[in-house]
This record gives sequence, C-alpha cells and structure tokens, in this order.
Amino acid sequence: MPVTTIAGAEVHVNDEGFLTEFDEWSEDIGAALAANIGIEMTPRHWEVIHFLREDFKAQGETATTRRVQNAGGFPTKEQFTLFPKKPARKMAYIAGVPKPKGCV
Amino acid sequence: MTDTMEPTAAPMIVPDFGDDASDRKLAIICSKGNLDMAYPALVLGNAALGEGVETHLFFTFWGFDMIIDSRMDNLQFSPAGNTAMHLPIRGKEVRIPQALMPLPGMTGMATKMLQDQLEELDLPSVRDFLDQIVAAGGQLWACRLSADMNKVDMDDLYEGVTDIINASDFIEMTEGAQLLFI
Repeated sequence: MPVTTIAGAEVHVNDEGFLTEFDEWSEDIGAALAANIGIEMTPRHWEVIHFLREDFKAQGETATTRRVQNAGGFPTKEQFTLFPKKPARKMAYIAGVPKPKGCV
Repeated sequence: MTDTMEPTAAPMIVPDFGDDASDRKLAIICSKGNLDMAYPALVLGNAALGEGVETHLFFTFWGFDMIIDSRMDNLQFSPAGNTAMHLPIRGKEVRIPQALMPLPGMTGMATKMLQDQLEELDLPSVRDFLDQIVAAGGQLWACRLSADMNKVDMDDLYEGVTDIINASDFIEMTEGAQLLFI
C-alpha cells in the first residue's frame, strides 16, 4: 500500500488513491481529498460525509446512495447535486471509506 | 531539497472519476411485465446513473406494466416455463414439476416468495426504484404504439415518465448509445 502525504499527514492509500485506514482520516484530509476532485465542501457536504463515516463504523460497509437516502435522509437528487455524476464513489473517497459493494 | 527527504512518500494519487470523458450513454428497452424481468433494467439503469452514464429507459409492449400506474405495484412472477425455480422443502432444494406450475395459486405463491427475497436484499419496489432512477437523472420513455394498444395516455402512467414517443424518436434519441433489450 502506498503511503502519501495529504494535508500534512502521512496516510495509507490504495492504488486508486482511496484511504485504506479508517482512523487516519480527519476533516482536513477530507477537505483536501474533496479539493482533489473539484468539490468545495459546504456544511451539507460534511453532514453526508459524517453520516457515511458513522454508518461505516456501525455497519462495517460503505452505504450505497440508496442507503444514504433511506438511512441518512439525504435524497438521491441532492446527492447527485453535492457530488456530481458519481456520488457513491465520490462520497466514499472524501469520507475515507472503501467504494460501496452493494448493487443498489 | 535532497533526495533523502521523505523517502517513503509516494506522489498523491487522485482517482480518475472520468468526469471529463463521460459521453457514455445507455438505453434500456424494457419489454417484459413480469416481476422478475422488471428488475434487471432497474438495477442496471440505476447503476449506470451512479457511474455518471446518461441513461434512458424505454418501455414497450408488456414492459408497459412497469409504468402503468394502476399495474406497476402489482407485477407478478410465474414459475411456469421457468425450470430454474427451486423451492426449499424440508431443508432441500426441490425442483417442482412443470406440470404443477399452472395450478391455481402457484403464481401468487411464487410472486410472494420473490417479493420476500427482494425485500430481504433491501431492494426497492418497482415504483420506489423508478423514483430513485428519476431522482438520479434517468429518463423514462413510453412507447406510442403500446400506449395506443393499452388505450392509455400520460394521465394513466407513472408520474416520472417524461413522454410518450414513437419508434423513430427513440432511434433518433439513442444515437451513439449502448442498447440493452430486456
């Protein structure tokens, strides 16, 4: 696993650039990751990201867009607005969790 | 700066989300009205939208039941003619003889079983799935000929349907798209 420096911290990432260690994440890192893919974080973005992290901690897997809507209360449409085109992957990337495995 | 500084740090890797090259387009023709045949299009269409692919669903013939408001919540699954249908009986997987499949109650039972399985997997109902597809930017199109055959107009269709279009419109609109016939 490559080690890289993001927002001044050394973190482990996979070959796509996703963080591999849940606990190495911080909001500074999240903001830097978001900036990498052209997303400027707003309080609403952070709400989604914190839901994703808490849900991952509780469930052991990354929430799909459907779960982010049903369990997190963030409508699908809004997810596409906040994280354009590929919301599931982009949310996971910024939140420092793996890409979701589920189909739906 | 010398070469010995930060010897372990690799350059930052940024995932390629392909935003710049997203001219991919998918059109799915939904021609079946059985419950089991509704889901492939819904799952794939939803997945395509989640990958930033422009997605169109075109409903035609029996597929119209997926978008006729009074029918879409009541799609059925018949095990008749389906040799891949197994029933768990006394801990064993039993293949039911095809001769029994047309018996009264079989379709209802098989439909209930499939619905339970879908629910267990947390799959949305057809209506909820279409809601999600529309919210994700998917376009739903109804076939003109099928609308005429079924004697329905936009008022009878699921609210997320964009329009009723004819075959030529569909061909024109899907120029350059990948096509999937279900």
